[in-house]
Amino acid sequence: MQESTALATTEESSTPLAVEMREITKTWPGVVANDHVNLKVRKGEIHALVGENGAGKTTLMNILYGLIRPNSGEIYINGELTQIHGPRDAIRQRIGMVHQHFMLIPPLTVAENIVLGHEPGGTNALYNVRQARELIQNLSKQYGLPIDPDAKIEKISVGLQQRVEILKTLYRAADILIMDEPTGVLTPQETNELFRVLRGLVEKGKTIIFITHKLREVLELTDNITVLRRGKNAGELVTRQTNQAEIARLMVGREVLLRVNKTPATPGPVVLHVEDVHALSDRNLEALHGVTFDVHAGEILGIAGVEGNGQSELVEALTGMRKITDGKITITQVKDGQAGKTSDLTTLNAREERLVGLAHIPEDRRGSGLVLNDTIEDNMILGRQRWPQFSWKKIVLLLRNIARWAKRLIAEFDVRTSSAEASARSLSGGNQQKIIIAREFSADPMALIASQPTRGVDIGAIEFIHRRIIEQRDAGKAVLLISAELDEIRSLSDRIAVMYEGKIVDIVSPDASEEQLGILMTGGHIESQ
Amino acid sequence: MNVFFQVVFHALISSNTWQTTLEFAALLLLPALGGVISERSGVVNIAMEGMMLAGAFASVMVTLGVNHFGLPSAVSVICGLLAAIIAGGLMALLHAYFSIQFKIDQIVSGVAINIIALGLTSYLLFEIVPVGVPSLPDRLRLPVPPLGPLANIPFLGPVFFQQNVIFYVAVALLFIVQFVLFRTNIGLRIRAVGEHPQAADTAGVNVRLLRYLCVVSSGLLSGLGGAYLALGVAGVFNPNMTNGRGFIALAAVVFGKYIPLGAAGACLIFGLGIALSYALQGLGSSANISNLLNTLPYIFTLVALVGLVGRTTPPAADGIPYEPGSE
Repeated sequence: MQESTALATTEESSTPLAVEMREITKTWPGVVANDHVNLKVRKGEIHALVGENGAGKTTLMNILYGLIRPNSGEIYINGELTQIHGPRDAIRQRIGMVHQHFMLIPPLTVAENIVLGHEPGGTNALYNVRQARELIQNLSKQYGLPIDPDAKIEKISVGLQQRVEILKTLYRAADILIMDEPTGVLTPQETNELFRVLRGLVEKGKTIIFITHKLREVLELTDNITVLRRGKNAGELVTRQTNQAEIARLMVGREVLLRVNKTPATPGPVVLHVEDVHALSDRNLEALHGVTFDVHAGEILGIAGVEGNGQSELVEALTGMRKITDGKITITQVKDGQAGKTSDLTTLNAREERLVGLAHIPEDRRGSGLVLNDTIEDNMILGRQRWPQFSWKKIVLLLRNIARWAKRLIAEFDVRTSSAEASARSLSGGNQQKIIIAREFSADPMALIASQPTRGVDIGAIEFIHRRIIEQRDAGKAVLLISAELDEIRSLSDRIAVMYEGKIVDIVSPDASEEQLGILMTGGHIESQ
Repeated sequence: MNVFFQVVFHALISSNTWQTTLEFAALLLLPALGGVISERSGVVNIAMEGMMLAGAFASVMVTLGVNHFGLPSAVSVICGLLAAIIAGGLMALLHAYFSIQFKIDQIVSGVAINIIALGLTSYLLFEIVPVGVPSLPDRLRLPVPPLGPLANIPFLGPVFFQQNVIFYVAVALLFIVQFVLFRTNIGLRIRAVGEHPQAADTAGVNVRLLRYLCVVSSGLLSGLGGAYLALGVAGVFNPNMTNGRGFIALAAVVFGKYIPLGAAGACLIFGLGIALSYALQGLGSSANISNLLNTLPYIFTLVALVGLVGRTTPPAADGIPYEPGSE
């Protein structure tokens, strides 16, 4: 927050508006994504656009960038009423957008990605590699954003890919930059670097619209804030005059508990034992190079790491969805603090693993957590259809029991739906996640593997999910938490294992600073005190 | 078995076999180049067969028709050639309209086009000339250009310099398409659109226009291939005369890793397979054995290509309609 005072003048109402969106309305069949939304962004400021998932932030920005046409409303760029029919119009108005999911073409080079659509020489020319390279080198010198123009996108880090996206907008001479959730995929160090870059751009006269749901970043980086809730304006704030609690209240519409309340853990015997596990990735490269850790009963072990360092493969190995090439994984039944029977997980398939008490919240909720077209009822018993209360002789489903069970879980886990027979697809991300959590927690597991449990979930639902995970811990379960959100790892875990390039590089206490974790996550070491 | 190898060996040292190989390869190359362009832009095209058939039909009908009204032979043939290209292009426009405008499944649209082409050409043929088209006289066929002394070089002459005029056009087009796709700005855009249309759109590329152009190009090339078949090689039009060549061209696209030069290599192997199966026809004592021999080029090619090429990866967005604003 130290450096955010550089732009005090932008708060003055005399500064002209770079962007004004008036009364924007956009409806999809059955959904109002934007309901008479207004947005005012002053020239030279960093303006935060915040809101929960589904609040309409991205829709509003896609309208500004011409990807979506609004049903009604007006857009003024630098005070002039402007029609934006497509990205080409937006580019002409000097608007650039860095999308949440990068709009880069992996097999092409950095230079090709940057100049695409506006290549030197124009449509009918030969592709001039040398000129493209020079243009990009000049640009990267001008803005202090070093990059190798000839590197393939698929070979460079996510942080550099984002730099390419920013250079893309600068190459198209953008003055107004839209950044859609830019920090979600970055390490703390990369995030600091990004903030430095964005402040530099503002100094050079650019205007930035910064979409996020991370309140800390809003306070650290931005000048003014527009809050959206359920497709409507929920408030406008001056960053220096507000705080996290106020922003969160406007986003959710009620008081939100931002801190996780939990008592110190009272760990019991080891439940999940992972020893020297090796496994291959989908591309047949070794993704896990000897992973070792224990999870005790009654504790949460968090796994921190930049995505793609073997976390997904580890979870798949633990849950019987990926063969391990070497190593040992066991689960021990713990009752009343006493260790009982130990089973070898590596010989079991996913169904048998459930029988020995393993529950799993998969990272890809839509792909492997739910059958989206099936009803909530069916999803609530997925994997448990052979239980005697759900099927007769494991063949014929007992629909009445299933319905009763689903109804109970819907109430207990606060799934917001019109009916238990609605398809899982029809629910919001947070409510879909609650179905999975209800199903997995209700099975009374021994060990719980929660992979990205709150990804794409609203603040309100996050609070609920976190509370449930801690309840499981307090009930004596062993919880393994894998998350790309460092804040989540730090606030929930009792111990934090840091994963880097397929190995656990260190196990630290949750008091470790964000900087220390960041260093470990990128392969560095912390000097032992 | 000895006899078999003797026949194959004799075939391999005969200029005849290699002439046929190149002829068939070029015949497959034209629709294959079209396929490469279409798939590179992200539109799956299994309708080269139908586009080729439409081209073959139009070329013969227009050539005969124009000649019937007393215009010179050369004019008739040129009109036939243009008609073939236009007919292929129109079929492709239909495919583009279905799959880009209406976002219909591209396989379904492709199958529909193939069926429409087969039905329409057979129906029109019977309506216009119920007795069938006669074999065209040489003056109404696409000529073999006289290449002077080159044509008289032993072995190489017949193989390379006694080919139909469209053969040389196909070879030129091969290098043009290769160059455009990988050395020009428009080629960069085509590849971008096929890999990640959202990225291309947000970068300011007109995704729909480019896909339309690419699909229609595939029709123009397939139509030209049809004309080569009917006006050049066969000199006649019969119902369903393409007989699966558009599908073999599609296989060549895949085996050639969606690269024009690669597809040309695959076409050569197919061509050699067909030429060899012709040579082996002489072996068959019964007429029925030829049914089996006809499958030889495909088996031969599959084995050769699976061994040589392995897995190929299509463009990432191949076959997926583009929805602006989706992620």
